Amino acid sequence: MSDPDGGRGVSDALHDPTTADSRGGQGYPRSDGDRDLPLETYVLSVNDRDLPVDDAWVGESLLYVLRERLGQPGSKNACEQGECGSCSVLMDGAVVASCCVLAADAVGSAITTVEGLTGEGELSDVQRAFIDQGAVQCGFCIPGMIVALTDLLDRSPAASELEMREAISGNLCRCTGYGRIFAAFRQVQQERADARA
Amino acid sequence: MPAPSLPATFTRRRRAPGLGESVLRPDAPPKVRGEFAFSSDLYVDGMVWGKTLRSPHPHARILRIDITGALAMPGVHAVVTQDDVWGSRTYGLERHDQPVFADGVVRFHGEPIAAVAADHPELAARACAAIEVEYEVLEPLVDAEAAITAPPIHPDGNVFRHIRLRHGDPEATGDVVVEGTYQVGMQDQAFLGPESGLAVPSEDGGVELFVATQWLHVDRDQIAACLNLPREKVRLSLAGTGGAFGGREDVSMQIHACLLALVTRRPVKMVYSREESFFGHVHRHPATLWFRHHARRDGTLVAVESRMVFDGGAYTSSSTAVIANATCFAAGPYRVPNAKVDGYAVRTNNPPCGAMRGFGAVQTSFAAEAQMDKLAAALGMDPVELRLKNALRPHDQLLTGQVITGVAPVEECIRACRELPLPPAADPDADLMTLPGGAGRTALPHNVRRGVGFAVGFKNLAFSEGFDDYSSARVRLELGADGEPVATVHVATAEVGQGFVTLAQQIARAELGVSSVVLHPADTQVGSAGSTSASRQTMISGGAVQMACAGVREVVLERAALDLHLAPADMVLGDGELTTKDGERSVSLAAALRAGPVEAYREFHHAPTDPLDENGQGNAHWSLAFAAHRAVVDVDEELGLVRVVQVATAQDVGKALNPLAVTGQIEGGIAQGLGLAVMEEIVVADGRIRNPSFTDYLLPTPLDMPPVVQTWIEQPEPGAPYGAKGVGEPPTISSTGAIVAAIRAATGRPLDRVPVRPDDIALPAPTTAAS
Repeated sequence: MSDPDGGRGVSDALHDPTTADSRGGQGYPRSDGDRDLPLETYVLSVNDRDLPVDDAWVGESLLYVLRERLGQPGSKNACEQGECGSCSVLMDGAVVASCCVLAADAVGSAITTVEGLTGEGELSDVQRAFIDQGAVQCGFCIPGMIVALTDLLDRSPAASELEMREAISGNLCRCTGYGRIFAAFRQVQQERADARA
Repeated sequence: MPAPSLPATFTRRRRAPGLGESVLRPDAPPKVRGEFAFSSDLYVDGMVWGKTLRSPHPHARILRIDITGALAMPGVHAVVTQDDVWGSRTYGLERHDQPVFADGVVRFHGEPIAAVAADHPELAARACAAIEVEYEVLEPLVDAEAAITAPPIHPDGNVFRHIRLRHGDPEATGDVVVEGTYQVGMQDQAFLGPESGLAVPSEDGGVELFVATQWLHVDRDQIAACLNLPREKVRLSLAGTGGAFGGREDVSMQIHACLLALVTRRPVKMVYSREESFFGHVHRHPATLWFRHHARRDGTLVAVESRMVFDGGAYTSSSTAVIANATCFAAGPYRVPNAKVDGYAVRTNNPPCGAMRGFGAVQTSFAAEAQMDKLAAALGMDPVELRLKNALRPHDQLLTGQVITGVAPVEECIRACRELPLPPAADPDADLMTLPGGAGRTALPHNVRRGVGFAVGFKNLAFSEGFDDYSSARVRLELGADGEPVATVHVATAEVGQGFVTLAQQIARAELGVSSVVLHPADTQVGSAGSTSASRQTMISGGAVQMACAGVREVVLERAALDLHLAPADMVLGDGELTTKDGERSVSLAAALRAGPVEAYREFHHAPTDPLDENGQGNAHWSLAFAAHRAVVDVDEELGLVRVVQVATAQDVGKALNPLAVTGQIEGGIAQGLGLAVMEEIVVADGRIRNPSFTDYLLPTPLDMPPVVQTWIEQPEPGAPYGAKGVGEPPTISSTGAIVAAIRAATGRPLDRVPVRPDDIALPAPTTAAS
């Protein structure tokens, strides 16, 4: 286990709520005299669709743009500093924390969110396993978990339990204690192995 | 209306999964697809963003607030401060002692000063930064013990509550005496869905709020008072709630968002960042607890003395009830004929504390269980045998003098937990990541020592001390568009992840024999369901749904009986049909419903309880739940690193109504107990939170959680619907103590404080090491 006092050395400025911004300690530049939000217009490729983003502040994260401008709130906003994994999306096939990606920097990348993993009304085997195994309680971490585990099972079908734990160690869940999530992983692995046999 | 002629039918329907079977959550499919609308996902055209300005000081006088610069910014629609609160200027769960915004005085780091509504969240943040506040910084009162006698920092004084409990002969002494002082750090609920919601002004001058909360009706009452609106003009609906664990029992952004919506006449969305969340909700009370246990030489407990001080921070919240639990359950689930306990909950300039899973019982369990181990060592007894010898049984007395009238399978829990399989011995060739320190891969196998620890805990279920604790349910049974019966259940129960939505459907299916059950969204258009806390909703809202279903069933049976010229008592409602008791004749439920829908509204109140008297005595609690935990840990003593290898538990659940959900509650609760044992603490220095982020406040990850081995003791609780007990809190009460006991066993260190930090193991203070 790590040191619970790890926060003692962090600077005061970051923790001064009078200057805190809506994205937590993301640390992007801001001058207090600057009252204008520089805007940009661009197109994002999300779940195989090109979606225009018009007149958006350049400081917006991919997570914010997905949730607030593109009507894709499936990716969640639990920490907005890359610690919890609830905002996980695939960007050109790699899992990223969309809260830590500037949306304007994602132009030209293929983005897949939890909404894009299956067709409408369908369930993937990973999603089905989460339901079957009771892996969902409040569900706030679940979209990010599904994205991360889908990626792992696709890349590494025979991942060991430890590899699986490591792969989702950046995905926090506060409800389940992870036991049913691990069970969902095992269910999918077994089903896919059976299908191959 | 005369009952229509009902054709007899003998169709047998396939039975839907009933009570006691694992049933899948109805909200799981939208949750796994990302389609479930959480409170931070809400969007409506024309909405603006609310943002709170908070104090950088834990204690200060506000000399001047200048909002003109912020208000002049293009795109800023409103800036409000305490001067703009036209109704009650204060609110609170138990006492209205917390101002909506700081009222001339700041009492904690992060107290709200103002709120802004603007077109964009970044603009709202900049507007907050443009508000000029001049503070006269005051010395913060941060020592809870000193607060008892210090000059008051609030007109209501510094002591929220002192409970003086005297039981039996308070001066009784034993042959063997052990003593200790223990400390518990401040834990955060760390629900993942941040405080958030959408407030929409309504045409009648009222406001509608879609919000993540634990108790819609008390939120509504506090909002209505502060906005000076009649309750019916404040309508709340539960938005998707991303966990709670006690942290949503108090108001956070609710009043601010509604105020901004009324001022701007526009919908206002507020979403806390994680950092703001650490400042925006109450935490688990840090506590200092002194104990002295007296026993006979054979191990029989004679007396327990204790004095405990819980730091409630700046405002009351639920401190008065937390300290009642801490005091009443101070000795743990043991027969203790004599006791002298003084429990204090006090006000300081530290962050406000209130409800968190386990609610007062967690802190005392950690201390009391450490005492039991200390006593076992002094007696030369096995610590589990000592617990068995003193375990509470039905008809025993609690420290409050209350006789246990329900089930109390403490011995059964202890024995069953002890019998659960232990993990395999440490593997010298194991992946280094499975050693203490985990991904750091710093521990070496030959430095690792294993320890096993045991702890037992209990607490009350539902609300105590004379509170009229109830829930309300409206159930309607009618024919759906397809001609089949459909039940609609309307309860205000906050689903925060615990699974009440599943249980409500199970109950309606079981009671009404229908497969189609629709849950009406939880809102304030039905009576209060009480709080989703105190492990109470399965029992209390479950009871309300059961009663309302029974009310519906009566009417349906009357209809069928009338048609067959029988008495209702001659008939039973099975799966989709009403049958005579002899099974000879039946009518379909669908036919019985052709005369029109049937609706019933009922309240379930648990049996009344009494306030505590001047000696802390009385029948203050309704029902109790128990659990035993055994932990196995590996420790690298040189590095102070701990790996929890396994947690085993046996829990008293009454009757498990949905085994899959019970399994998940127990695993999740143990994860939070593990967090408090070795990871989680809000570090507060001079009244300031030093680690308000998930970078610096560490939660158990998938690499930290060990396997949980669980078994349940199922003894139906009399007076509880279906005999079920709430299961949410017991996993969190003594899992912490078991893990720390295991670390003590591995290291020999006294470890009288949680969370256990690496330096507590590797660099123990000389004084504690010598004790």
